[in-house]
Amino acid sequence: MSILLSKKSRVICQGFTGKQGTFHSEQCIAYGTKVVGGVTPGRGGQTHLGLPVFDTAHEAVKQTGADVSMIYVPAAGAADAILEAADAGIRLVVCITEGIPVNDMIKVKEALKQYDCRLVGPNCPGVITPGEAKVGIMPGFIHQKGRVGIVSRSGTLTYEAVFQTTNEGLGQSTCVGIGGDPVRGMNFVDVLALFQDDPQTEGIIMVGEIGGSDEEAGAEYIRRHVTKPVVAYIAGVTAPPGKRMGHAGAVISGGKGTAADKFRALEKAGVKTVKSPAELGSAMAALLKGAKGKATKAVAKAPAKAVAKGKPAAKGKAAARTKVSVKSPAKSRASAKAPVQRKLGRKGAKRR
Amino acid sequence: MNLHEYQSKELFARYGIPVPKGKVAATADEAASAAESLGGALWVVKAQVHAGGRGKAGGVKLCRSKGEVREAAAKMLGQRLVTKQTGAEGLPINQVYVEVGSGIDRELYLSLLLNRDRSRLSFIASAAGGMDIEEVAEKTPGKILRVEIHPAAGLRGFQCRELAFGLGLKGEQIAEFEKVARGIYQLYLDNDASLVEVNPLIVTKDGHVVALDAKIGIDSNAVFRQKTVSAYRDRAQEDEAEAKAAEHDLNYVSLDGDIACMVNGAGLAMATMDLIKLHGGAPANFLDVGGGATPERVTAAFKLILSNPKVKAILVNIFGGIVRCDIIAQGIVEAVKTVGVQVPVIVRLEGTNAEIARRQLAESGLAITPAKDLTDAATKAVALAKG
Repeated sequence: MSILLSKKSRVICQGFTGKQGTFHSEQCIAYGTKVVGGVTPGRGGQTHLGLPVFDTAHEAVKQTGADVSMIYVPAAGAADAILEAADAGIRLVVCITEGIPVNDMIKVKEALKQYDCRLVGPNCPGVITPGEAKVGIMPGFIHQKGRVGIVSRSGTLTYEAVFQTTNEGLGQSTCVGIGGDPVRGMNFVDVLALFQDDPQTEGIIMVGEIGGSDEEAGAEYIRRHVTKPVVAYIAGVTAPPGKRMGHAGAVISGGKGTAADKFRALEKAGVKTVKSPAELGSAMAALLKGAKGKATKAVAKAPAKAVAKGKPAAKGKAAARTKVSVKSPAKSRASAKAPVQRKLGRKGAKRR
Repeated sequence: MNLHEYQSKELFARYGIPVPKGKVAATADEAASAAESLGGALWVVKAQVHAGGRGKAGGVKLCRSKGEVREAAAKMLGQRLVTKQTGAEGLPINQVYVEVGSGIDRELYLSLLLNRDRSRLSFIASAAGGMDIEEVAEKTPGKILRVEIHPAAGLRGFQCRELAFGLGLKGEQIAEFEKVARGIYQLYLDNDASLVEVNPLIVTKDGHVVALDAKIGIDSNAVFRQKTVSAYRDRAQEDEAEAKAAEHDLNYVSLDGDIACMVNGAGLAMATMDLIKLHGGAPANFLDVGGGATPERVTAAFKLILSNPKVKAILVNIFGGIVRCDIIAQGIVEAVKTVGVQVPVIVRLEGTNAEIARRQLAESGLAITPAKDLTDAATKAVALAKG
């Protein structure tokens, strides 16, 4: 098992015939991803990389049965492409495009609520389930099928975590780059919930950075629901306030979103934090070694469904947690940040 | 991208938001004649820089005669204004805004910005205007009012009233406030703003709601489709090195330390800075060469780094994914040769074609210090910078 993506996933590429779309589709196919076609408006009926090109995502889904889409459409049209994919019935949209205007993403985020569709990104490296499929721009060869789930706001820092866990012989279950934009699809909380429920994932590495409070929300979620060992690193301890550090979302504003706050929240939730990104792999190896037997058993026993319904998996938690978690007095905040469970079945927009 | 106050007020006026009469001036004479044509007996001369905290830094001057206006403008123009938001070097004052003085009864605060936790726009308002809003939020969170706007429903009348009553406005002021809020919301959407802030929004002595200050930030992702506001860009207010970096598609932020970094990826670039600090050094910059780094870009990056005289060592940290390490290595060799690097260069390369790249560097005959991993790289950089 893995999360979001498997060898069964049928993938289309929006922006298929462009330079980026072509290059990365080739790479994904070479990795073994089942790419079944692509979309470029106005080029329907053509063949590209030996695969059919469609004018619309609806047509592509109808003809190929695709359930995943990766988007390389330029920023001006990317928001539209995301909603087109969702409307066509795609279940997982991975948007690689960088530079989408925030106001566009606000609308996309709201409109996506009516679909049974998950969005990863934008401005992200994508999703990979090693040994099965990759949808994105990450270098496939550094990955290894294995035990650790990785979720990160940064591309190259994900690669660091992957590289280290591969070198430690742990491997990865699935790696999700959620992206560096302030308004994005899946967040830490959403991915953490999937990793917690995934039997293949034994430990979780979370890589955050300055800006916003999604790491804090993730920490709260971990405290309440995650029984598997978690290692976390936050980039940007030395970032000056008010300056945007490369990513649109990486900015400390009004004294909020500092690395120190995020580290503190994670530590409070019992997460093993590392101050050096070079220690992600070794810290995870140590936790999994220490928790071997005890933790894996507890994790296996902790019924995934109970967690999904929001019931505390108290036993598994106590056994697997390596650090004693400090009970936060801020209960009211905890309930406010509880993740919204995905609704199954699409409301309204059924088009097939 | 930020706008000047005078530009923001131009936009405000266009959206029906009341602002005091004013004119922008680039010389003391222009300032004096602006005061003349504006009329009245009280003017405010305001330094136009992209930073807050101008009042306390001497960038806002109340004047009671045209002579005083001329004098105030002459004193400000051509100087650099240092406020608590600018850093020690300050920002150049190339223009002043001359405005008719207002009789102030109350000072309020109003802003519209993205609430990241909710992925929606929110108005924030407070009856404690004219103050540092972050301080107000910290010390007296109860004094902060918020409304969150549904992207499909837009700003509703009840939300405007909620804010207006919350701010203690009365009678005609309720409708006046609603007009201001609606203007700000529309302006925000039309121009792809990232922030609209009015501090203070005042109630004048004769009871009207007026925007006394105006601050607008534009979403840099949207500048491509915003022709009107992109014309407002003032490069003189931007960090020179950062602007130069942008021309080469490099992401650069100046910092105070002496170890320069060149990294691919924003997250790894921040992590590299953190590593330097963790090992006892101080980073001189943030620099992300991006996913499509070419030898030309690497050379441009080296030039940029070396334009900072404080730099005592350069740490190159590349995790080659799509970017091939051998291409980067080639760039480093070319750059070190052509630019003439006088400080130690420490290089850590990992990922695609890293082996080939390491060999290239070793065989180049240049004084490049290889590092085997992140920790090794940071340790070596800190040691070499200390000389």
